[in-house]
Amino acid sequence: MTRMNENTPTFEQITHDLSHHIRINKGFLAWMGFLTVALIVCLYAYSIQLKTGLGVAGIRDYVTWGMYLANFVFFVAASLIGMLISAVLGMLGMKWLTPITRIAETIAVAFAAVAGLVIVSDMGRPERLAYVFLYGRPQSPILWDVTVITTYFVLSLMLLYLPLIADMAILHRRMDTIPGWLRNVYKVLSLRFTDSPEQNRIIHRSIRILLILIIPAALSIHTVTSWLFAVTSRAGWDSTIFGPYFVSGAFVAGSAAVIIAMYFFRKNYRLQDYFTDLHFNNMGKVLATVSLVYLYFNINEFLVPGYKMKRADAIHLQELFAGKDAVLFWLVQGGGLLLPILFMLFRRFRKPLPLLLISIAVLIGAWFKRYIIVIPTQEHPFLPIQHVPHNFAHYSPTLIETLISVAPFILVLIIITLISKFFPVIPIHETAREKGIEPISFD
Amino acid sequence: MDDSNVQKPGEENENQQGSSRRDFLKNLGLAGVGVAAGAAALYSGHIFEAKKEVSGDEKVLLTQDGKLVSVDSLEIKAVEKTGTALHTQEGREGIAGRRWVMVTDLSKCRNARKCISACQGAHQLRPEQYHMNTLQMQDTPGTAPYNMPKNCQHCDNPPCVSVCPVDATYKRPDGIVLIDNERCIGCRFCMAACPYSARIFNWLEPRDAAAHAGEEYNVELNVPQKRGTISKCLFSADRLREGKLPYCVEACPNGVYYFGDENEDAVTNGTTKETVRLSKLLSDNGGYQLMPELGTKPRVYYLPPKNRLFPFEEARDETPEKV
Repeated sequence: MTRMNENTPTFEQITHDLSHHIRINKGFLAWMGFLTVALIVCLYAYSIQLKTGLGVAGIRDYVTWGMYLANFVFFVAASLIGMLISAVLGMLGMKWLTPITRIAETIAVAFAAVAGLVIVSDMGRPERLAYVFLYGRPQSPILWDVTVITTYFVLSLMLLYLPLIADMAILHRRMDTIPGWLRNVYKVLSLRFTDSPEQNRIIHRSIRILLILIIPAALSIHTVTSWLFAVTSRAGWDSTIFGPYFVSGAFVAGSAAVIIAMYFFRKNYRLQDYFTDLHFNNMGKVLATVSLVYLYFNINEFLVPGYKMKRADAIHLQELFAGKDAVLFWLVQGGGLLLPILFMLFRRFRKPLPLLLISIAVLIGAWFKRYIIVIPTQEHPFLPIQHVPHNFAHYSPTLIETLISVAPFILVLIIITLISKFFPVIPIHETAREKGIEPISFD
Repeated sequence: MDDSNVQKPGEENENQQGSSRRDFLKNLGLAGVGVAAGAAALYSGHIFEAKKEVSGDEKVLLTQDGKLVSVDSLEIKAVEKTGTALHTQEGREGIAGRRWVMVTDLSKCRNARKCISACQGAHQLRPEQYHMNTLQMQDTPGTAPYNMPKNCQHCDNPPCVSVCPVDATYKRPDGIVLIDNERCIGCRFCMAACPYSARIFNWLEPRDAAAHAGEEYNVELNVPQKRGTISKCLFSADRLREGKLPYCVEACPNGVYYFGDENEDAVTNGTTKETVRLSKLLSDNGGYQLMPELGTKPRVYYLPPKNRLFPFEEARDETPEKV
């Protein structure tokens, strides 16, 4: 930002900087081609599952929820960041967030949409999905989850779209390098926006209402997702703090995802003047803060039952701390939470590249944390596991299952790539306004 | 049609020409709808006239959902028998006036596993699939080991039923918790919720699926088993309807199981066929339930493994390494 003040850019300049990437180039085609091929491979794996049954995955009668469910929790978690950045921090009046809001909402929309698909891959009878609506029983947390995730997705989509209206109006008039069909799409999406005070007032008020509504919706999606576990009596899941524990963990995963996206857009779309060291420094502080909150909930979640060591809890905790799952557990807690917090306390690790590496570690840790929450609990139920094949008692994912679990990541990348390729990554209209530059006439 | 569609003279301009063309098309559409509606009315009137021929012979019939209705005999026509729907309906209502209950006497169990094979035979289960499984228990290191047959506890406050999103698993008034595999979506939330690990899932094609294909589904026996759906102990609801004891109870050679009706306060031993008072059996022998602290209110009672008829032997595991 400081750099910008030295020679204030013109509106033309800003528009160019923030939209010059909107063109179909070789790099984009190659990347999309790669994603498409990868997706086809994963869909082939899913077709095998459809034909043969869920048994192609490693899940069996005791560990009945495996990677698919861990994946689902992860996707719901990552989508929460839209709410944190736009609503919580945005309404506190943090101006530096302006260029980051659209990335946060894009991530929210992509992950929330795909979370809905992930859960279908875990259904034994996916063709009966409609039964959830036809025969749905409101006492099942699954019904609550379907309701709040749909609500959150719609709210996030609106929060992505409303600030885009002004940009669409700017772009469909100004861009001449982009293909005609895309200009027509922009024109339709711009809803005849002319930058009149009345229009701006309506958009501004609508966004504010949405920002307030999205807070309870976002809290609900991850709280309810945590209740899929917490409503059972099983050791490791039977916890009253699962709601806030999951929500705080979600902010960790989402902040890391935003930082990774910022880094790549900055590099690939040449946005160095807009995603400055200041933005990375601040996002590093956000990630460190939410990680500290998450650490606090982790201490509560493990220390309190660990102090009492009730029989079922003791078996569970011994496996995590020193048993079969210990390596993964300590890697996740150390590499994905403790060390990143320590590093991020220092300014030099909040520079773009170090912060990117930290965020990648945090995001990988966040995925495996969901794995650790979902699977080990089921490996030691209340009654002993006896007279069943070895693979019933010990879960190990299969190749097909892994491919099916990779598919949602590819889908999310496709969605984020498309949105960021065909729309400005950073809001043009808002950025210009904040720099005190009046947009040139919207005739 | 309202006045706005009437063209006033002298008002015609370019714009209005367009709008009158639209109006014309709209009117045409309306006329079309009108003709269709009229034709439909005429046709249904004709049908009604035709139906008016009545024999005057009213038959009283019992509908599928148990209501008595009277119908003219000419109106009765044969329909395809929908056995599954019937089974599902009956299977959801249960057997009136009963409260089924099971008592398992741990002092008599020698892990003969006859109950298990009878059950797996009746319910078309693979060898690694159990509605009933005998576990080798040892509560704490200092206490004696014992065999414990474990099936669905048919809880009166069933966690599985609470979490089911589609009403596929349900609690019947006669106490039995059943699973309708034509409704189950395979989410396995019920398996996660059950503290007794009583539920199994058809991960792959069920046993002898090809041989049983096309068989009518019986919700009280849960056969044919269906891939991608849950299965579990049903207290042999199909046998109870015939007035017989459950498969496992009948198959036990050692007199482990008592089964009966809580309302009658009577349970019958499957081996000796001796009927005893439920309340007396429980109080004389210190009957208890599994994990009552979870508040699930099981309908299966256990009698403690005291004065055992057989010494405890380590059971051999005969299941395959991997399935």
